[in-house]
Amino acid sequence: MKSLDRYELTGSQRILRWFYVLLLIVMGFTGFGQMPIFKRYYIADIPGMVWAANFYLTHYIHYLGAFFLLALIAYAILDYILSGRKNFNLTASAYLRIAFLGGIVVTGIFRVLKNLPDVVFSPGFTLFIDISHLGFMMAYLFSALFFLIIRSGWVTRKSY
Amino acid sequence: MPNKISRRSFIKGGLAAIGAVGASSFPVPATVRGAPQEELATLIDIRKCIGCEACVEACQEVNAPKFPAPKKPFPKMVPSRVKVSDWSETRDVMDRLTPYNWLFIQEATVIVNGEEETFTFPRRCMHCQNPPCADLCPWGAARKLKNGITRIDADICLGGSKCKVVCPWHIPQRQTGVGLYLDILPAFAGNGVMYKCDRCFDRIEQGKLPACIEVCPENVQKIGPRNEIVREAHAIAKEITGHIYGEKENGGTNTIYVSPVPFEELNKVMEKGPGRPHMKPVEDSMAHADNLAKAMVIAPLAGAAAALGKFYKFTKNGNGSEELRK
Repeated sequence: MKSLDRYELTGSQRILRWFYVLLLIVMGFTGFGQMPIFKRYYIADIPGMVWAANFYLTHYIHYLGAFFLLALIAYAILDYILSGRKNFNLTASAYLRIAFLGGIVVTGIFRVLKNLPDVVFSPGFTLFIDISHLGFMMAYLFSALFFLIIRSGWVTRKSY
Repeated sequence: MPNKISRRSFIKGGLAAIGAVGASSFPVPATVRGAPQEELATLIDIRKCIGCEACVEACQEVNAPKFPAPKKPFPKMVPSRVKVSDWSETRDVMDRLTPYNWLFIQEATVIVNGEEETFTFPRRCMHCQNPPCADLCPWGAARKLKNGITRIDADICLGGSKCKVVCPWHIPQRQTGVGLYLDILPAFAGNGVMYKCDRCFDRIEQGKLPACIEVCPENVQKIGPRNEIVREAHAIAKEITGHIYGEKENGGTNTIYVSPVPFEELNKVMEKGPGRPHMKPVEDSMAHADNLAKAMVIAPLAGAAAALGKFYKFTKNGNGSEELRK
């Protein structure tokens, strides 16, 4: 069944969609910025991009993005439960993306917890959450690009 | 060729031996024995340090098996502006931090009561309570242990030097040509391994003292539970009308210095630069992120409240769900 087209969205849904896309771009960029590559590969040399090599700043922006992403995800889940599921079904690609997004969020939460003072995880678990956070993000990125190409959306209209 | 023993090294060796015997006669604190889970801190009373460098030599000797053995020639770096860091030909450098020297003696000559006085004191990783090097390491190679040690796992580190950049004292030092990056994309990602003091984590696991503490002939350093160390530091500072460094710096560290002279004075005159950390006041580097992390708890609640508000609005208007554009 054909998934819902973006042009069928209302104004507020479009705004939220763009907010979500923008949020993922910012999170992805600042997430990659946690690796010391922006200075090495001249990104920070682009006029106006010197901030990209400031690890504390990109980290803070990443946290800020996480704040809004958590709010948006909570909104989307509850909105779907309360009203969306009456009329729509999630597509298979949506379930896959939700799984990857869930992985990003859960490992991200543990990463934030790890960074708090007095919270110490075992070396193995620390390594696991660091690598898996990156892994889930890469999986989400590639799956999102793939589903964009094959035009597979998140929901299909229920047929009665 | 016979070994030459200079007078200086003889005195130093003698003092070290006395220190080792002295230290071994002191019981290792119970909390240090057998991989303690309590946060331990070290107290460094700089009045006692005579600058003999016995601690530096002991550190090098004990940690020699952990030192890098780089493969040469180094991989060509891309882009070419990425510089290699090679200390393998200058392993005997002792007057600054290097991948082969995790502890050095810093010196400051100041005027005390109208008289010139020189202070020497060991410098190494501060082992922060909330270490930005471990928090911001993208690979989990730098980590804090429950006993207050921050260490870098040489088997995982890619040598990106981020830990050095974010460290307020720029402590970790890089050696190129060694480590995991050689097995991944040596030209394009990574540049070796970062090295720094691990406060002899392996010796502490075995119930031993860190080498620098054990060998010190003057008992300059002491290790114990952080709250006890802080209490003792304050007691000494009160007694000598002295000053403390490391208790509050960067939100708190596990290396507490006590000095009769303000640390601002010492910092002004001591040699600083690459591999020679400062002693300036340091604000908590992770404070802003930590505050935002705590605020994240309300984010899902705000999102859920917005969804409930929307649902309430639509049900009130007699419309159970938002219609899609036709």
